Amino acid sequence: MEVVQLLVSGLANGCVYGLIALGFVLIYKATEQVNFAQGDFMMLGAFVCLGLTNAHYMGLPFWIAAPLTIAIMAVLGYLLDFFVLRHLFGQSQTAVVILTIALGFVIRFIAGVIWSHEPQTLESPLAVGDFKVGGVVLGMADIAVIVVTVLLTYFLYQFFQRTKLGLAMQAASQNQMAAYFMGIPVKRVQGMIWGLSGAVAAVAGILFASKGAIDPNAGLLGIKAFAAAVIGGFGSLPGALMGGLIVGVIEPFASRYFPAGYSQIAPYALLLFVLVFRPNGLFSQVRIKKV
Amino acid sequence: MRIHFKTSYEHDIRLFPDWWSFLVYGVLVAIAVVLPWLMDDFFLGEVTNVLIWAIAGLGLMMLTGQTGQASLGHAAFLALGCYSCIIFMEQGWPFLIAFPAAGILTGVVGTIIAIPAIRLHGIYLAIATIALSILADDIIVLMEPITNGVSGKFAPVITIFGIEIERWTTPDRFYWLVLAITILCTLAYRNILRSPLGRAFAAVRDSEVSASAMGVHIARTKAAAFGISCAITGLAGALMGFYAGAFNNETFSIVISITLLMMIVIGGLGSIHGAFFGAVVVAFLPQFLSMSKDFVGGGSVAIPGLETGVFGMILILFILFEPMGIYGRWMKIRIWFELFPFARKDMFKRQKSYLKTERLR
Repeated sequence: MEVVQLLVSGLANGCVYGLIALGFVLIYKATEQVNFAQGDFMMLGAFVCLGLTNAHYMGLPFWIAAPLTIAIMAVLGYLLDFFVLRHLFGQSQTAVVILTIALGFVIRFIAGVIWSHEPQTLESPLAVGDFKVGGVVLGMADIAVIVVTVLLTYFLYQFFQRTKLGLAMQAASQNQMAAYFMGIPVKRVQGMIWGLSGAVAAVAGILFASKGAIDPNAGLLGIKAFAAAVIGGFGSLPGALMGGLIVGVIEPFASRYFPAGYSQIAPYALLLFVLVFRPNGLFSQVRIKKV
Repeated sequence: MRIHFKTSYEHDIRLFPDWWSFLVYGVLVAIAVVLPWLMDDFFLGEVTNVLIWAIAGLGLMMLTGQTGQASLGHAAFLALGCYSCIIFMEQGWPFLIAFPAAGILTGVVGTIIAIPAIRLHGIYLAIATIALSILADDIIVLMEPITNGVSGKFAPVITIFGIEIERWTTPDRFYWLVLAITILCTLAYRNILRSPLGRAFAAVRDSEVSASAMGVHIARTKAAAFGISCAITGLAGALMGFYAGAFNNETFSIVISITLLMMIVIGGLGSIHGAFFGAVVVAFLPQFLSMSKDFVGGGSVAIPGLETGVFGMILILFILFEPMGIYGRWMKIRIWFELFPFARKDMFKRQKSYLKTERLR
């Protein structure tokens, strides 16, 4: 029973990592850029929802506040691309990496000023408490996280494979110039993908805030989500979810069975291990560059 | 305007292009040497801090600016240099042996770590080095018998030929020590760039494909860059330990890694000047912020995250409007005056490249 219990809580945590990793992968898939501020986006989404919902701030009903949060974050993502990232068009990947790290610092600072650094809880209807199924304690929030994550991954996967916009996004990343020639508005497509990843970050943030207290440093969770994205292989949506689940499941097991101090190393040790032996992730999509 | 008539190949790689620049740097060094008589101890300590950050910046600049490999894990090497130097000295080694030994050890460890890391590039390398930086924190705690874990260590007094050097009691001596090491590191850096190895670094940065076509062994060059970069960083880490006096596992956190990378970007990637300009920004920003807070009137109110927030904003503005950093702006202004009135706006236009993925799907 203990193993099942650890597995369930690990899966629920892993889904949050997977959701943040989905945001990374979306942007990477469509623009070849990596958004190091995705964890902070998630934190911002959580705080926007908290600001709208909690009686202490706006006091809106949760089911109005949640879609509103997703919309706000999507608009924010698009505006961010419009005002900042579009100016980096044609510059190196490293410039974008450094820019988004700086952006993460700024977002953390702004969230700290608006909502203070005290940990706060979201008054979410998902956090109704636990119920028992055959000796395993399940939280309502945990189940919601797992269900939403799986659905979201499925829909995003279908979106990239089937819809015109999804294919345009893939084309824009595979060869920008050719995409231009095919009449794809590459810059606007990039803006849309940033908006989409903002929306995914908002979903992750709302679910994460339903599971427990949040503070402006919650964005540092993004580093674990990175491990997830790398283990899954950047550029693969199911891979991101898989990587998130692996990292999420390893954590409770490591802290249960490993001596103290070694457990928090486990996800990063796994990350380095994967990078050394499968440098492009478990679900590799890279071929060797030919001249 | 000075025109260089190059009459031999030697002229291309001279340490100083002409007597004028030799004079300028000579005067700069002379001012730096007499600085302790011109300043009070507080500002001397700040200048020492700038120099230490500049050495660390030079270390990362070798890897990121010259070889084009972004590392977000250099705090781990700062920590390694710091701990190894202090532990060597606790074993009874004199400073003059322990300090270079710490640098060499850090360089060797950096090279060993580089062997798997050089298969990675771009984003993957950045993430692997982040993981390294986080692991370093935990490993220091786990190796408690050697490192004292969370309670940390205290830096001993440095003794060179009977002269005692300590940060608080003799700040001027400590300043001269740091200055001497800074000058040595800068000269070493400049000389490596003039050597075939330095040219190979630049070739790898600009294009790996064309570098290997020219006969550069990519993996070996990257490993060498990692090793040299880590060695310089390790020396800076040891000095940071002496400067701080006491340190533990949290002194060299991932924030330090990120600050270091941002510092060299603000200063200007790929130039020695950039490391120094960036170090000035990093070291004086906290002082500047507290002074401006006093000026506004909210003196005693502490705003957590203000420093990193302001730092982030400065960095975003630099990447958007001056990707070459402070040194790039300085070059542009200088060339504008040197060429007056013939400087044109398009002279510094960067070539944009269209992106192509290496993924199949």
